[in-house]
Amino acid sequence: MISPSKEDLVTITLNGVEVEVPNGINAVEAAALHGKEVPHYCYHPKLSVAGNCRMCLVEMGTPMRDRSTGEAILEDDGSPKIGWVPKPVIGCATNVSAGMHLRTESDLVTECREGIMEFLLVNHPLDCPICDQAGECRLQEFATDYGRGFSRYIERKNVKPKRTRLGPRVTLDDERCILCSRCIRFSQEVAKDDVLGFVDRGSFSTLTCFPGKELSNNYSLNTVDICPVGALTSTDFRFKMRVWFLKETKSICTESSTGCNTIISSREGVIQRITPRRNDLVNDTWMTDSGREIYKLVKAENRILRPSVDGKDLPLSEGISSAVRILKDRKVGVVASCKSTLEEQFLTKLVIDATNAQVYIRGHFGEDDGILLSADRTPNLRGALINGLTDSYPEDHLNGLNEALASGELESLFVIDEDLLASGVDQENLKDVDIVFLGTHSHATSNMARVVLPSFTVFEKEGSFINKSFIVQAFEQAIPGPVGLSSQVEILSQIINHLRVDSDPLDAKLDGVWKSMGEVLPDLMGDCDFRSLVKAPFQIDGSKWSHLDFVEKNALNFESVKGVQV
Amino acid sequence: MAKTIVLERKPLSFSERTYLPQIATGLKTTFSNMFKPKVTLQYPEEKPHIPNNYRGVPTLVKDPNGREKCVSCQLCEFVCPPKAIRITPGSVPEDQEQREHVEKAPQEFEINMLRCIYCGYCQEVCPEEAIFLQDQYSSSGYSREEMINNKQKLYELGGTLPDRHYKWDKKKQAEVHGNTH
Repeated sequence: MISPSKEDLVTITLNGVEVEVPNGINAVEAAALHGKEVPHYCYHPKLSVAGNCRMCLVEMGTPMRDRSTGEAILEDDGSPKIGWVPKPVIGCATNVSAGMHLRTESDLVTECREGIMEFLLVNHPLDCPICDQAGECRLQEFATDYGRGFSRYIERKNVKPKRTRLGPRVTLDDERCILCSRCIRFSQEVAKDDVLGFVDRGSFSTLTCFPGKELSNNYSLNTVDICPVGALTSTDFRFKMRVWFLKETKSICTESSTGCNTIISSREGVIQRITPRRNDLVNDTWMTDSGREIYKLVKAENRILRPSVDGKDLPLSEGISSAVRILKDRKVGVVASCKSTLEEQFLTKLVIDATNAQVYIRGHFGEDDGILLSADRTPNLRGALINGLTDSYPEDHLNGLNEALASGELESLFVIDEDLLASGVDQENLKDVDIVFLGTHSHATSNMARVVLPSFTVFEKEGSFINKSFIVQAFEQAIPGPVGLSSQVEILSQIINHLRVDSDPLDAKLDGVWKSMGEVLPDLMGDCDFRSLVKAPFQIDGSKWSHLDFVEKNALNFESVKGVQV
Repeated sequence: MAKTIVLERKPLSFSERTYLPQIATGLKTTFSNMFKPKVTLQYPEEKPHIPNNYRGVPTLVKDPNGREKCVSCQLCEFVCPPKAIRITPGSVPEDQEQREHVEKAPQEFEINMLRCIYCGYCQEVCPEEAIFLQDQYSSSGYSREEMINNKQKLYELGGTLPDRHYKWDKKKQAEVHGNTH
């Protein structure tokens, strides 16, 4: 890993200008801090330094000192004489120190870059028209910015295999590989699954999996993201859409309580891929492969697309009024969800208060992989704690609800997203209760419900989640939802407005929800509003819940100290 | 206020009043054109000569080996000012003879001729020389759907054009003859 950036600043001279940078960071980062790009392929801020692409060559020097006396040697005009290293050095492996001189724009550096680009392009195929990387390809970008502009190479280019299967999700185009070894280092250092390596020498060098192994770990698609060229391609996204058509939306992964920051790429309302977004407090620049497949839920076969009452398709407004009839003035149980957003949980709490309902909530748990997939497989369990939906830590079943149903305590149930039959509730016990189901996909419970209110998936709405480190992170709407449906926030607000006829109607916009949330939870939310949250996520104090047994184990950027994080 | 002057109309002479000289002059023009070469065409039975650089209906062409040249890079779709082009990219299976190097080809390729403005940007931007605006200039149909040329129609309209590069043959040769060293 790179040397940690220390807070003490040192003064270096970058292209003749004195600038302050943190001590010990490398020349590439130091130059980037002051708006000078040092092109690089093999260097990645979250991986170890390999220094094999040679693209980041810069000139480096230090003030000269007399060896015997240790005094600074001066030029004729009195300025200190700089001892330039006779050959250029690679910026990624050069850590800055006080008084260092760097040149990133000199003639020598320009010439070096042109030379390196020429060598890299010697055997690189002219695949840009069919290459998925085109448009976000470092080789393309640097060839235009720092290349010679023409080719002197008239010999035949090397031929290598074009579609090698490295694993279930990754396809390798050997001809395009520039041997930067980012993918190898990622597998070793981050995924801890050492399966990739180079074989053969010179221009025969090829990236390959070790015999009998394949790149099948749950982080394999990160190699595709960090590949600076189009050599490693995602089998799912391969040849699907050119990247310049894609609209990028900031989102949060809902796979687990880690809350990886993601970018949803969509074109004309169809999601094409999900890629990670850098956040050094949460997921660095990585995310799981399984989290990238969640977009398939949007077009899943069991997606509910029409509101229905007693099996009949009806407009949403009639569904809502039927739901209110079932919930009003009866003994109600509410099954809340840890998958709902913070705002939805807040409104769920208002429904509970308006109906004097019993609350039930379950968690979903799995294996913790110690990297980014945490044991808690819901994105917003901590949101449920903060909104007061539960005081104890949710368990992996709804046995409490089952008992309450068996004793006949409840007349109607308001279920959000949860499949009761898969949570330990007997079908027998559900016979005499009226169920209102609010969710996105159908399952055994939604099929039993009297009123089904379909809503939006995470890609079709906006909202926020609280992750395992108690960081509140917002996500934006990537694609429009199905025609005729509304978001959960909208549906819940309307239900509440019907239930509380005498109070003022709620504002179903997220800004309004955040305003009421700030009134109810002033110490946690402060005066933050949703729009500023989108720009800057913030951390809240989770020490109030430190007595709970959170299931997350130590992982990337996370230390489990019973609820209180690093 | 401007002053209005009323002009006296000049009275017609005798010959002018008979109209005969004017009729004779008109007939002279008519008869002289009768013996000149024809300039009109019996459209649509007769079609005019279309020069080579004419920008007609955009079409997709095949290379002389009968392979489709388009690799669905979607640059034409990107550059098209009225957004008339719509491509669904697809991949070429490895076992397709003669096309194993191509890898990518359009699954569907649609040009909406109600939107097309015949600007020729698609032809200009195409890196594979696969799309050409050829000599066809009139297209008609009974419905909007009919005016959307699909991939099959585009290849029918385009036919085969001579190729200067034979890119895929070169790729194949490079593979057969092995590497340079």
